[in-house]
Amino acid sequence: MFRNQYDNDISTWSPQGRLHQIEYALEAVKQGSASVGLRSNTHVVLLALKRSSGELASHQQKLFRIDNHMGIAIAGLVSDARVLSNFMRTECMKSKMMYDRPMPGSRLVSLIGDKAQINTQNYGRRPYGVGLLVGNYDEDTGPHLYECLPNANCLEYFAVSIGAKSQSAKTYLEKFAKDFGEIDVDALIMHGLHALRETLQQDKELNINNCSIGVVGKGQDWHVVEGDRLKAYLDQLESGVAPAASAEDLPQGEAMDTE
Amino acid sequence: MFSTYPGQVVVDHPVKVPIEHRFDPYVDNGGTLLSIAGEDFCVVAADTRLSEGYSINSRYVPKSVKLSDKTVISMGGCYADCLTLTKKIQQSMEWYHHAHGKTMSTAAVAQMLSIMLYQKRFFPFYSWCILGGLDEEGKGAVYTYDPVGSYERESCRCAGSASSLIQPFLDNQIGFKNQASQKKTLSLDQVLRITKDSFTSATERDIYTGDYLELFVITSKGVEVQKMDLKKD
Repeated sequence: MFRNQYDNDISTWSPQGRLHQIEYALEAVKQGSASVGLRSNTHVVLLALKRSSGELASHQQKLFRIDNHMGIAIAGLVSDARVLSNFMRTECMKSKMMYDRPMPGSRLVSLIGDKAQINTQNYGRRPYGVGLLVGNYDEDTGPHLYECLPNANCLEYFAVSIGAKSQSAKTYLEKFAKDFGEIDVDALIMHGLHALRETLQQDKELNINNCSIGVVGKGQDWHVVEGDRLKAYLDQLESGVAPAASAEDLPQGEAMDTE
Repeated sequence: MFSTYPGQVVVDHPVKVPIEHRFDPYVDNGGTLLSIAGEDFCVVAADTRLSEGYSINSRYVPKSVKLSDKTVISMGGCYADCLTLTKKIQQSMEWYHHAHGKTMSTAAVAQMLSIMLYQKRFFPFYSWCILGGLDEEGKGAVYTYDPVGSYERESCRCAGSASSLIQPFLDNQIGFKNQASQKKTLSLDQVLRITKDSFTSATERDIYTGDYLELFVITSKGVEVQKMDLKKD
């Protein structure tokens, strides 16, 4: 009702104390396909459901490498995600140049928050239409998982999900979150796949084309598991077998051929 | 009254005299580097002494940097310029990887370095660069540069303070020039021995070369680093 009077631009408050443009931007994130993030004491895993516009089309990339120790999963406007990921990459390189050490995740996420806030207060601009799940491994403080949204809130999580039907994934994650701390990376991935599966529509299922897994952690640079390399995990998911520690499946170090 | 010579002017007040101030940003930190391309390998070697005039600033400052599993760069001259140029190359290689999902080939890095150097044509990087690595066919490749980006692919090259001592030796032993012997392909072992002998000999006669020798050996298996002592006097 009154919403329409106060939602024309970002610099107008509603009488209820809300900025409707920001809420509309959050809707854009909710419309994107699901992304899930979870972490143990040694690793962070980001999983994403890749949408394709049709049978003949490719599936949209949802995981981006930012640096050796950091990657992101997105939900929402992919073009905004590109702009933000280029910003993150530049900041990481500047940090390495100036301070000779990798960018701490918390610092980068603050920079994203500051950048996103500008678009919520200047007339004529619009908030970014993308939500980011940022996973990084810091040598001193360990693995971290952050959620960055168009409202410029950046919070840290043990496990989180954004995008379409993400509440279903959250329900699964909340149920099992207390187990995530000590398990190995393969078990963590399996939990993530279970959570991601919850977000699928009735008649759909995870396959090697519509799924993407990003891993970063202790002794392991950011790399993405996609395509044929997903088979082992998806088979385990199908059979419902408890995840086994098969570290050979996961490539060690930097994977130069996937993004 | 003190004695004067003919033409001398004596005054009893301070006099303004023009003093020429010059911006002299370049420093030569010395050192020698070389690279030899083999059939399926490449060797990049450099000493690690950092000097300034007659002083030694450090006995161990590596001049070579691994850029990827297939490429190693070595630079001599002004160390500050070499350091920043290396960082610029590494950043560009990272952007390339973000954009294309793969590592830059040695030939691509070679071309890019030439462009980067010429972009500072009117305030050059005082760096003598040698890029060593494997080309897309897996053969050894050596690219040599001048400080403003002129470059060429060669089979072997030496740069730096002792280059005039080592290069003729390399031409003779690697290029089989000016001798009756038949050309033959050299094995990695032979190339390493020639390299080590070049440096030990250069150390004897060049004051800027010595302390340690760092060898980067690039093969299809990756990059292996060896370090050996050189004379420290």
